[in-house]
Amino acid sequence: MSFYEVVRFALRGLSANKLRSSLTMLGILIGVAAVILLVAVGNGSAKAISDRIEALGTNTITVMSAGRGGSTNTALTEDMATGLTDTTLAPDVKSVSPVVSTSTTLTYGGTDHDVNAFVGTTPGWFAASNTPVGSGAAFTADDEAQGRRVVVIGQTVAQELFPGLSPLNKQITVGGALFTVVGVLQEKSSTGFQDSNDTAIAPLTAVRQVLTGYGALNSILVEAKNPDKVDAVQSEVATVLNEKMGLAPTTSSANAPYRIQNASQLLQTQTQTADTFTTLLGAVAAISLLVGGIGITNIMLVTVTERTREIGIRKALGAPRRVILTQFLIEATLLSVIGGALGVAAALIGSRFSIVGVKPVIVPSSIALALGVSIAIGLFFGGLPASRAARLRPIDALRYE
Amino acid sequence: MNRPVLEVRDLTKVYGTGEATVHALRGVSLTVQRGDYVAIMGSSGSGKSTLMNILGALDVPSDGTYLLDGVDVSRLADRQLALARNRLIGFIFQAFNLIPRTSAVANVELPLAYAGVKPKERRRRALAALDVVGLADRARHEPNQLSGGQQQRVAVARALVTEPALLLADEPTGNLDSRSTEDVLNVFDQLNASGRTIVLITHETEVGDRAKRLIRLVDGRVIQDLRQSPILAGRHSR
Repeated sequence: MSFYEVVRFALRGLSANKLRSSLTMLGILIGVAAVILLVAVGNGSAKAISDRIEALGTNTITVMSAGRGGSTNTALTEDMATGLTDTTLAPDVKSVSPVVSTSTTLTYGGTDHDVNAFVGTTPGWFAASNTPVGSGAAFTADDEAQGRRVVVIGQTVAQELFPGLSPLNKQITVGGALFTVVGVLQEKSSTGFQDSNDTAIAPLTAVRQVLTGYGALNSILVEAKNPDKVDAVQSEVATVLNEKMGLAPTTSSANAPYRIQNASQLLQTQTQTADTFTTLLGAVAAISLLVGGIGITNIMLVTVTERTREIGIRKALGAPRRVILTQFLIEATLLSVIGGALGVAAALIGSRFSIVGVKPVIVPSSIALALGVSIAIGLFFGGLPASRAARLRPIDALRYE
Repeated sequence: MNRPVLEVRDLTKVYGTGEATVHALRGVSLTVQRGDYVAIMGSSGSGKSTLMNILGALDVPSDGTYLLDGVDVSRLADRQLALARNRLIGFIFQAFNLIPRTSAVANVELPLAYAGVKPKERRRRALAALDVVGLADRARHEPNQLSGGQQQRVAVARALVTEPALLLADEPTGNLDSRSTEDVLNVFDQLNASGRTIVLITHETEVGDRAKRLIRLVDGRVIQDLRQSPILAGRHSR
């Protein structure tokens, strides 16, 4: 009996029991799809977290005042910002951007929009804070020096004030002064509850003149020359600030009147969190693979054991053991492979939708793992009872109930 | 060459061990010549089914020899045993044992497929065998669409399609009404008339009466071996 004939027998065996075959495949499909999707959701949320952190900029530190009130001792001044650009005291600093920020109301043609973060800074801020301009252009150092009233707005502001219009070169009213829109920021992923697209950036001088006055800075954004130098920059910044504020050079950051926030430390912490998360999901996936595997085992055992009698009939008609075994192995292979492939397809389709707010990101190795394990289990537990039944005396197989 | 189709000597079969030991066969010797029509009768528990399963190479005896067409079956390996079941024996079960959800013609083709016959030839011979049992028009029906008598005749067609030396039937009419019994027995008469060797077991006397030779089994022993002139179908009721 040729192999081709045995394959036809297997196909006939499967099509003779369409319901059972499709239920078996469904079981395998769900097992495979669940594992792939679970890992993809875990991976997706880990990726989302690290993307958000990266959006903050990885080679910057932010200096903020820790003091209460406007005491000159603790306030950050522009003089300090200038001091940080000193190449001998702070050789690893690439740029320094003093930042003032306030919330205000923007008006254009009768439409009002309250913006939480109206930021005044220098042009270097865009690169340092990883906030690229989408359309139009950022303001220049010259704009900043001259105190020109120009502004770059975030996506949310653009949509609120200029629905369906190009905001470029339009004039908006801010705190009683007219600002010209010169650029719109690229869409940015939000880092938390605040919408990071709901912002507007203008030259530091203009913002101070119109809105905040010439008091203390809110923060200073310091960019290191490369991510490895962030720690060096942090200590350089501390030294300079201690000196400017008249503190002892050894004052530790804990009782200094300023706080230094290091995005790379944050990233490291968050990466560790994400790793823990991935490990956790790996464990969940392993358990679901086990459960799915037991399901497949169960289905295969029942499917084949139920056909012990049929195996007895076939043996009584003169089927050699090898032919019976081959037929059942091919049936098991087809069920596992088709079921597994459909499971992968279902997982791929499912990963196109976001699940509980997370966009799943498929891990290729999880596909191989889920598919491999379920096919192996399907083959083993399909083949084992078949070979046991094929080895029985026909009369014992026939008597099997 | 007048080799017997079937020859068994001192066949014994013991089930279980210790207290629960059951002696199903206690030394059965029997020879069946080509073209004979043998009915084995006995009450339930007389060992007739056990004997039949051994004759059909479905089971192995505890002791004794079994020569099938001159070949010692107990010495065959699985592969050769499969070949013997396929080529030498046509077995008919009380419970029909057709493969479910598979058409009558596909069921009849099955032994030919295992014998390695080409699909076209297979189909032709299967249809011819169905014609012999008078079911050529039901070839496409699945077992659950056929009556018990029709299912048993499909099983008979399946048993004879390989043209085996020996047709074995284990209570072939046990699950059938008198009308279907008659249909099946008529097929047996025809087959025997055309030279086939048939051994069947039954507990119904009207079935036993149709055979040329009647063997009675009690407690695993042959107590009567009688040659009789068969009552022909014409004389039987209907």
